[in-house]
Amino acid sequence: MNFDVNKIRKDFPILSQKIYGNPLVYLDNAASTQKPAIVIDTISKYYSGQNSNVHRGVHYLSMMATEAFENARKNIADFINAENSNELIFTSGTTESINLVAHSFGRKFISEGDNIIISTMEHHSNIVPWQILCEEKNAKLSVIPINEEGEIDFEAFGKRLNEKTGLVAITHVSNALGTVNPIKKIIDLAHSFDVPVLIDGAQGISHFKVDVSELDCDFYCFSAHKMFGPMGIGALYGKEKYLEKMLPYKAGGEMIEKVTFEKTTFNKLPFKFEAGTPNVAGVLGFNAAINYLKELSIEKTSAYESELFKYATIALQEIEGLRIIGTAKEKISIISFLIGDIHPFDAGTIIDKTGIAVRTGHHCAEPLMDRFQIPGTIRASFVFYNTKEEVDSLVKSIIMVKNMFE
Amino acid sequence: MMKIKEIESQIVEEFDNFDDWMDKYTYLIEMGKSLPLIENEFKIDNNLISGCQSKVWLHASYENGKVIFTADSDAIITKGIINLLIRIFSNQAPDDIINADLNFISEIGLQEHLSPTRSNGLLSMIKQMKLYALVFKTKMQNQ
Ligand SMILES: Cc1ncc(COP(=O)(O)O)c(C=O)c1O
Repeated sequence: MNFDVNKIRKDFPILSQKIYGNPLVYLDNAASTQKPAIVIDTISKYYSGQNSNVHRGVHYLSMMATEAFENARKNIADFINAENSNELIFTSGTTESINLVAHSFGRKFISEGDNIIISTMEHHSNIVPWQILCEEKNAKLSVIPINEEGEIDFEAFGKRLNEKTGLVAITHVSNALGTVNPIKKIIDLAHSFDVPVLIDGAQGISHFKVDVSELDCDFYCFSAHKMFGPMGIGALYGKEKYLEKMLPYKAGGEMIEKVTFEKTTFNKLPFKFEAGTPNVAGVLGFNAAINYLKELSIEKTSAYESELFKYATIALQEIEGLRIIGTAKEKISIISFLIGDIHPFDAGTIIDKTGIAVRTGHHCAEPLMDRFQIPGTIRASFVFYNTKEEVDSLVKSIIMVKNMFE
Repeated sequence: MMKIKEIESQIVEEFDNFDDWMDKYTYLIEMGKSLPLIENEFKIDNNLISGCQSKVWLHASYENGKVIFTADSDAIITKGIINLLIRIFSNQAPDDIINADLNFISEIGLQEHLSPTRSNGLLSMIKQMKLYALVFKTKMQNQ
């Protein structure tokens, strides 16, 4: 295979360091991925040579910054194959994107007695905003159950859909289980009831090609920091037909009528939703990450990742007493597990000491942990810069944990 | 009864025997296993300390001018850490508990567990123990 992982690792300065004297093995990619030098350099270059506020000045730097900013928007919109770059709104990340929709779409389109459908495997950021909205509007949150393997019950989903459904909000990939949801099928079925669909793409977009036009999703939310870009920046893709009708979320409807001379700016898409000075350096770094991914070719990184994932799954399964939580047929990149009766916190503390970064806990998905009746899991999550040797290190570390606790 | 400072030095001495983190954690695990159990009636949600990734139940009572602590956790390393704290704080006078600075934690190389973001909540445990001491002291004064 034409994929030189050792060469790629050199693009990520952080990966070459040692932790407690051991080479860093970074397997917490679902929480945040590392950044290639090109992203770091882009941010640094921006501040050392281009920094200026956007959309406001007629002077050279401001115009250059504005142009770079808007080109980034076009490039990122193009990356997900949005029809129009007006449909791409910069936010601080997935959480803000979902909250924006909950506020702006929710206020406009959800009324008393409606229901909003989510699934059991959602991240808190795709639960709580809807809960708050439902309370405010006297609407009902309807939760799709999942099976033991961690797959949604599609039939149950169908039964929940009705003319009172205002929105379906579901994750592309579960951050705690690795399950890939059949979002195309979900979108098609929801649309047959005229129900729009929001996809939480935080864990999806870095692993495979996302084409919002083909998916025909109404909203797609993602974070740059989970796809090799900087923290504090992300995006909301939304169909123009909804965005146009939605009210601004940061300024608030009334405010806008008062600040008359800014009205035009705020009223147009996508600026209507981007009140205040944006994170320009973040957007440029985000753009650099997208270009980096494009250059590597997501087909190639996907193929490498799925082979690594298979290798890791088999290696972990061979450890006696290890139980993988989430065994969906369609699954990528994330392995959540428990080692015998050892508390995930205990295991995580020891694994950390061996220089391996994994995540332990409920992964911001408490209802999901309740569903499996476990306090949490240990989660290893992989991307294309991880190696089979790193999987072997993890296995060794787990065996050490077993020896220490059992 | 030994003073808090004396127990601290004793613990530091015990940990001095260990060359690497493995031995240290193996010892903490041992201590976790030997933590005297909390009475079941006290293992209730009301006694849970918040801010811990593992569950920690802490109970305190007051006898003859001393605070008596018992505790439990579902994670063994956490139990080991609580065991150390109980050795130090249980059976001590409220004022001594309130004023203890607990330098031993960094001396035995567990300072990483003190960070406020650390999910085992060592900091919350200490806070809660000191809070109990303060409550008992105030109650006493008001009598
Ligand atoms: C599935 C999922 N949704 C939403 C989020 C929230 O993303 P952010 O913290 O970048 O806003 C995460 C992050 O862990 C996630 O995994």
